[in-house]
Amino acid sequence: MTPTRRRRLLLVIGILVGVSLAGGLALSAFRQNVTFYFVPTQVAEGKAPVGESFRLGGLVAKGSVYRKPGSMEVHFMVTDLKHEIPVEYTGVLPDLFRENSGVIVHGKLLPDGVFLADQVLAKHDQYYRPPGIHQAWGIRHGDPRDPALVQEAHTAPLHGSVVAATEYAK
Amino acid sequence: MAWTWFHRLASPPHVYRTAGRLAPWFAWPAAILIIAGLVGGLWLAPPDYQQGDAYRIMYVHAPSAWLSLMVYTIMAVAGGIGLIWRMKVAHAVAAAAAPIGASFTFATLVTGSLWGKPMWGTYWQWDPRLTSELLLFFLYLGYMGLRAAFEDLQRADRVSAVLAVVGVVNVPIIHYSVVWWNSLHQGPSVMYLGKPTMPPSMLVPLLIMFLGFTLFFGAVLLMRLRGEVLNRERTARWVAEEIGA
Repeated sequence: MTPTRRRRLLLVIGILVGVSLAGGLALSAFRQNVTFYFVPTQVAEGKAPVGESFRLGGLVAKGSVYRKPGSMEVHFMVTDLKHEIPVEYTGVLPDLFRENSGVIVHGKLLPDGVFLADQVLAKHDQYYRPPGIHQAWGIRHGDPRDPALVQEAHTAPLHGSVVAATEYAK
Repeated sequence: MAWTWFHRLASPPHVYRTAGRLAPWFAWPAAILIIAGLVGGLWLAPPDYQQGDAYRIMYVHAPSAWLSLMVYTIMAVAGGIGLIWRMKVAHAVAAAAAPIGASFTFATLVTGSLWGKPMWGTYWQWDPRLTSELLLFFLYLGYMGLRAAFEDLQRADRVSAVLAVVGVVNVPIIHYSVVWWNSLHQGPSVMYLGKPTMPPSMLVPLLIMFLGFTLFFGAVLLMRLRGEVLNRERTARWVAEEIGA
């Protein structure tokens, strides 16, 4: 390799390293702002913004969904299996909204501890299977006993899944 | 010499002819694989237990997303080679790849958005994965815009190559965005922690689509590269011989 080429090679590597470093520093500095949603444990620890809108993510607690008759109002608990936050929402729910399944709600935490949501999004995982297979396992999707989820929580604490986020929050 | 084949890659007429010869070897398998993958994914694969048939958009979305990242990486590597070795053909590869990559990125964003509405309940969120993929789209557009802004081809090559190299930092960020941060988007598909995330009846068509899309990209890249080389060498004698003969 000629000296000019080596110099250019070093320059290109230098650019790459510099930009990666700058990017890494910027991202770690803005880590809080990159937080797309908070989990109930973080809210319970007071890490979520007070009096401002934010997103709350977790599982819809089993048996907690209550629909007010004759209206679009729905109440449910969002849990990360350690803490639960009651959520109130009026509007259309996404198709994938169901108990024991991932959900991300946007809204404000009221002084009485109820989260008033103005948007409800369903979060699904990367596991796809035909109907029937999970029933054979006796495990529902999103169930903390789901081997996939448990595996995830143990080996990848930073993974975007709810259970993993709980692990991380500890 | 063992390196002759490599040095010949710097020769525009050689690249022009080789690309022309190779292109059908990518195009035909790509067509067959994409048709097979679509039949497998849209008809033969079972519906998902949660998403029903809606998950089938994955057969277009995931390969597009894979290519949006791969094409950018190729562009950055080609740009880097062009910068270091002053190899015109490398710059031509990067220039030829950019619009293809931008198209795949656009397809990723559109199919993702169409998938997001029925499943998540929203077309768009400023989520880390979605935002970084949008940034990738702007990087492609910026690269193409920057190229177009210079009269002088050599300057266009060098300046845009620097942008390509700088922007490649975004590629791992996109890939790991769902691992590093809380995201609305699910984790990496296909394989996770060494285990497939779906049964073979769903996975095989997806892998076929990945391969088909990649070969399709190869075919389009080779054809575009021919055009790019021809345009750069338009005053050269071999072009006149090639075209005018």
